[in-house]
Amino acid sequence: MSQKQYWTDLEQLNNPAANQEVLENEFKEDLPFDLSGTLLGASTPRRDFLKFLGFSTLAATVVSSCEMPVRKAIPYAIKPEDIVPGVANYYASTFVDGGDYCAVIIKTRDGRPIKVEGNEMSSITRGGTSARVQASVLNMYDKARLRFPGSPVAKDKKVECQEATFEAIDRVIKEGIAAKPGYLLTGSILSPSTKDVIAQFLTKFPNVKHVVYDAVSYSGMLQANEACYGKKTLPTYHFEKAQTIVSLGADFLGTWLSPVEFAKGYSKGRRISAKNLKLSRHYQVESNHTITGAAADHRATCRPSEMGLVAIALYNEVTGGAKVSGLSAKLSELVSKAAADLKKGGGMVVCGTNDVNTQILINAINDKVGANGTTVNWTTTSNYRQGIDSEMVALTEAMASGQVGSLFMHGVNPVYDYFDTKKFTDALSKVPLSVYFGERMDETAQKCKYLVPDHNYLESWGDAEPRSNYFSLMQPGIAPLFKTRSFQDSLMVWMGSTTNYADFWKQYWTNKLGGQANFEKALQDGVIEPAGEVAVGGATFAGNVNDAIAKIQGKKASTGTEVLVYQKVSIGYGGPWSNNPWLQEMPDPITKATWDNYACVSPKMAKSLHAELDGRNEVDSKKLVITVKGANGYTANLPIVVVPGMHNDVIAVAVGYGRVESVGRAAASDNATGLGGRNAYPFTTYNGVNIESFVAATYTATADKYDIAITQTHLSYEHRPVVHEFTLEEFTKDPKVLMKERFAEVGEFAEAPLVEEGKESKEEKIADAKMEEGYRENGTLYPNYEYNGIKWGLSIDLNSCTGCGACVIGCQAENNVSVVGKEHVLKNHEMHWIRIDRYFSGTPDDSDSIQTIFQPMLCQHCDNAPCENVCPVSATNHSSEGLNQMAYNRCIGTKYCANNCPYKVRHFNWMDWNGADCFADNIYEDYRRDDINDDLTRMVLNPDVTVRSRGVMEKCTFCVQRLQEAKLSSKKAGHPMKDGAARTACQQACPSDAIMFGNVNDKTSNIHKLRREEQAERTFYVLEHIHTLPNVNYLAKIRNTELMNAKDEKNDGFYNDHI
Amino acid sequence: MFKIILVPESILQLFRICSRSAFAVIFALLLINNSAIAAPDGKALFQSNCASCHNPLKDATGPALQNIDKTFPSKEWGYNWVHNSAAVIASGDKTAVDIYNKFNKAAMTAFPQLKNEEIDAILKYVDDFKAPVAAAKEPGTEGQPAESNGFLYTIITLSLLVLVVILWRANQALMRSANEKSGIPNEKEIPLYRNKVVIAIVAIVVFIMSGYWLVNGAINEGRQQNYEPLQPLFYSHKVHAGINQINCLYCHAGAEKSKQAMIPSTNVCMNCHKQIGEYTGEKDHPLVTAEGKTINGTEQIKMLYKYAGWDAAAKKYITDEKGNIKATPIQWVKIHNLPDHVYFNHSQHVKVGKVQCQRCHGQITEMDEVYQFAPLSMGWCINCHRQTQVQFDNKYYDIFQKYHDEIKSGKRTGVTVDELGGTECQKCHY
Repeated sequence: MSQKQYWTDLEQLNNPAANQEVLENEFKEDLPFDLSGTLLGASTPRRDFLKFLGFSTLAATVVSSCEMPVRKAIPYAIKPEDIVPGVANYYASTFVDGGDYCAVIIKTRDGRPIKVEGNEMSSITRGGTSARVQASVLNMYDKARLRFPGSPVAKDKKVECQEATFEAIDRVIKEGIAAKPGYLLTGSILSPSTKDVIAQFLTKFPNVKHVVYDAVSYSGMLQANEACYGKKTLPTYHFEKAQTIVSLGADFLGTWLSPVEFAKGYSKGRRISAKNLKLSRHYQVESNHTITGAAADHRATCRPSEMGLVAIALYNEVTGGAKVSGLSAKLSELVSKAAADLKKGGGMVVCGTNDVNTQILINAINDKVGANGTTVNWTTTSNYRQGIDSEMVALTEAMASGQVGSLFMHGVNPVYDYFDTKKFTDALSKVPLSVYFGERMDETAQKCKYLVPDHNYLESWGDAEPRSNYFSLMQPGIAPLFKTRSFQDSLMVWMGSTTNYADFWKQYWTNKLGGQANFEKALQDGVIEPAGEVAVGGATFAGNVNDAIAKIQGKKASTGTEVLVYQKVSIGYGGPWSNNPWLQEMPDPITKATWDNYACVSPKMAKSLHAELDGRNEVDSKKLVITVKGANGYTANLPIVVVPGMHNDVIAVAVGYGRVESVGRAAASDNATGLGGRNAYPFTTYNGVNIESFVAATYTATADKYDIAITQTHLSYEHRPVVHEFTLEEFTKDPKVLMKERFAEVGEFAEAPLVEEGKESKEEKIADAKMEEGYRENGTLYPNYEYNGIKWGLSIDLNSCTGCGACVIGCQAENNVSVVGKEHVLKNHEMHWIRIDRYFSGTPDDSDSIQTIFQPMLCQHCDNAPCENVCPVSATNHSSEGLNQMAYNRCIGTKYCANNCPYKVRHFNWMDWNGADCFADNIYEDYRRDDINDDLTRMVLNPDVTVRSRGVMEKCTFCVQRLQEAKLSSKKAGHPMKDGAARTACQQACPSDAIMFGNVNDKTSNIHKLRREEQAERTFYVLEHIHTLPNVNYLAKIRNTELMNAKDEKNDGFYNDHI
Repeated sequence: MFKIILVPESILQLFRICSRSAFAVIFALLLINNSAIAAPDGKALFQSNCASCHNPLKDATGPALQNIDKTFPSKEWGYNWVHNSAAVIASGDKTAVDIYNKFNKAAMTAFPQLKNEEIDAILKYVDDFKAPVAAAKEPGTEGQPAESNGFLYTIITLSLLVLVVILWRANQALMRSANEKSGIPNEKEIPLYRNKVVIAIVAIVVFIMSGYWLVNGAINEGRQQNYEPLQPLFYSHKVHAGINQINCLYCHAGAEKSKQAMIPSTNVCMNCHKQIGEYTGEKDHPLVTAEGKTINGTEQIKMLYKYAGWDAAAKKYITDEKGNIKATPIQWVKIHNLPDHVYFNHSQHVKVGKVQCQRCHGQITEMDEVYQFAPLSMGWCINCHRQTQVQFDNKYYDIFQKYHDEIKSGKRTGVTVDELGGTECQKCHY
């Protein structure tokens, strides 16, 4: 039963006439001429014709009268020995952003970083990356970065940095620092050498204290761990070893702690095949809809304030205690099932709440089910977060009472993200010496006295210790672009140190590793890790469970609506990411919305707000704006986005939006219009111990509408089935179930040759690999083309794919894919070469019934491609390696190909996005996305890929520049190409190894073995029956659940009651 | 009928004879070739290893090499010197120390990888080397395009056309008079410029011609064959690569590694020019620009010193307080310009395809000032890809089993770039 009822959005389920109309009209806006009636009868055809004629003649004349410009070829004066112009260099380094960690390789071309890849030598992130890691290279070239030290001054309603010398600032700080008690306020620091420098700094200035503050706090977990195990630290989670995963509100695949690491581990447990029918089981309880919830086998929702209650219920089930009342039926059922599975062993419970008592209970459950020492590791601990909320609150109090003489802030932005912004801002103004190390004029920078900007991580020396005894070194890919100074150097100058940090760092590691040779090896590898497997060990649980339960139950149960503050997979906690146009335009995995934040509400809540179809469905981009009033007094007007799977009483709002103008053009928000979203941090509350990410709230509809640019509905398959999904039970019972379905569809073409071979029974025929070949040859009137040599193929495992979007940004960075801006996303003009389609199934009204599936969609490189046949100038055609080629310089922009593509993967350049046209001043500007065309920002472009100009079509090339490079290096070395030598950008970026790529003609290649042997049973091609013969295959999703949302009469396209 | 049968018969005969003799020729060639492979190629070795510092006839960074082996104390001494000159000098050998001192104590690069017979081959080559005789220039012959018949044909065609018109007019006149004679009334004579047929023909011809001219002009837009810009330095490829036989790859080291051949940085120039401070070849090869201006080579070397930050008097680099050499890059004018949407990789052609530089860049060793030899048009690229066979013995091509089988069975002699997909769009445009 792989064909359950899927819908991209509510209106598709409902399918009103308006939706049909939108879908049929692929190109939204009207053509600029009047075509009413006959052409000649129209009002202005002759004039238009003459205008165009005149323009083209003029343009041709101008172009032909142009003289060829004189170009210069300027070599190095003294060529650095290790740089060959035109050949990329790779440096192992470390991505660190607050507590977020990823081991990376920096690709530099002619001395400038252009791409960041995962470092496969790290046993933590194992070569995986996230969307933010991929986008981090653009942050370095951010135009809004501070270019020199100085002080903020207000100038024409803007705040600018007035330049000062480092020496002048150093003098002031050295004088002021010892006068009164001071504080060093930082985010979580993973770097051991930096901690060393800070320790020296604190020794030198004994009246300075160090406080760690995380915008998104894990203080509840840290304190619970201290209470239970005596360690104020986080354990290491081994998702790859877990057979049962229970997550209470932890979005561990998207935003929780270390998603890249967890996605790597998690996907290992999800890789099922007919030969190895083992699949982990994943239960998710959450309030909003996250990608972790989408991946889950069983999912139920609750209010954020009820999470403690769910933990108690689970604890009681595991220990055989009394049932907890007050939970929904589905939730109780899920909890008892989860408890039963956990008791079998090999389980693990994680929880995203910041409540100490709930986390104590979670620890207790993990202890009871034997997770400690098997899946939860207390021997090797994690350092990702170290901030304790109460310390930050105490600091703010001290500042407010005027006790603080100096404040040094690094890696934090409390004026923006503290729960009580006003209090902190007022308190900050009472600090006589406030110094900020931030890289831009953000909210906190504006309120500080001195700005001493730090380097970007791609310009820095450094290190990290993400796990105890697991180290990672950071080396720069480029010399600092601006007059910045590393944070550590600043501290060292102020404490009067004679060395600089780079030398100190080198000495630190040379000593620690025992010699220059070891140091150089470590620098080259990027990581230093203990040999062998990760040491896994437990810990003795000493928490007071009864006290925790009593405290949780002591809180008043909430019955009304709650606002949940969450992080988007793309923008995260905000910070510099808010001003990254790549991330701003990356569709959110679940809502598929770009460029704004909004209030995610359930269909039921939407109905209570508005009875009419328009305003909250996705056909019309104009969303109803509601006023959300938090119990803490914070009010925000937000447009609503209807998300099936949201709890009916929860409004979810993402952080990272509502930034001040000086953060950058892409991030800047406009309070009056709501452009750029609203700040959601003030919805967080402090409960006396911790900052909680939710608050009770009320909401009312306003008369306003606001445009939200959502991409999912832009392209339609017209209800053709594209994904296949089975329950584990179905698949176990008959692993050939998908093969049979495929055979039923295309088998008739394959039968003749098989019968000739004497294969009679259907079973034999189905299993035979010749089915595909038979269909290829007999399903068409065209002659069959023989592919000698290489034939490229790509495979995507829908079971592993988490929808995180790393591939989208990886592709964007590799292939110079343009950002088009919100206005044009609204017009369906987004350019992403790979998009992740999201399909819901279930009853929209019942948030617990929603099952969500992701399908990355890219050019399928069809061997019988519909786009190729219709191109009037043969700009798109097929290569002998199976690539669907696109010659930009040949394309005349008829868009026939995009029209004829059944997968809707072709994108047209409606505007000159990047100044690639030959006409000057033709570039499209909307004052939000255009920072990407700064001379500085353009340094990020990949010189091996053409920047497309206006009027041409583009699409995925299978990263042909990488394929050519891999072939060339094999040719130069004079050996056959090795499997895995050529990798696509999406494949390399993927943290869950869902994408495989290679030469399918090579019988020993992984991709060939995957399709024909290991995963033959799960392999399918999208729209196989139309004989496009794609070179991209998918592996069907197998969910470890009994329940599948069947194609049922009641829900089958008749969902009218609630819309 | 008879003829038709006869012709193939005779061709067959001829073919048999030819193939027999061809076999013998090929066999002989193979033998020669084999021996050629066995013996080290002195010229190639000299150019790739020695030419950057040595000239066969003149002292350069190192001494002139012709007959230098006669000055060696022993053959063995020569091998040792080449393999590791520093060791020979260190041993206190008098000949060695003398040479070392004579050439400003510039140590010779060690070549431990050169075999003795290879050194012999180099020495044999330099001993046999004869100064290239400057071809006596005969005014009027050089630079003239090859005699073509086009002009002749045009004249013939035009005169024939004139003849046609005259005959036609004569015919008309005769017809009219004949008509007059026989009393048939003549049509009113229309002048030529009002004759509709003539106007139509002229219009069509003009349209076609202007169309041809326009299209051709448009196609050639942006192409610059024979482009020979003025460069900031008068650098003569003829002097360096031609007369002094420096290997192309010595300076353009990227050609084997990168998509760019690389223009050398000034420190590469200085490898030799630390020693060579003046141009001494005026007599044999005076430097003259395309405009006929005489260039003082020594002045040009002094300009190079300015760029490179070299103090010729003190024989050392001028450095700033941090010890960095004060060099400025030379801003050469780029001659070979490909549009941005074309991907071209030198290493693919030089290293993998083993294409000679001259094939695309022309007789660079004869150019004082470089000009663009090839049109660099897509047609020109494609043509070469259609005609050129790949180095099919490269192990990379093992996957093309079909072609290997066909070669083995004699069905084909080789595989062209085109047959491996070398003319597909996305081999160069992405």
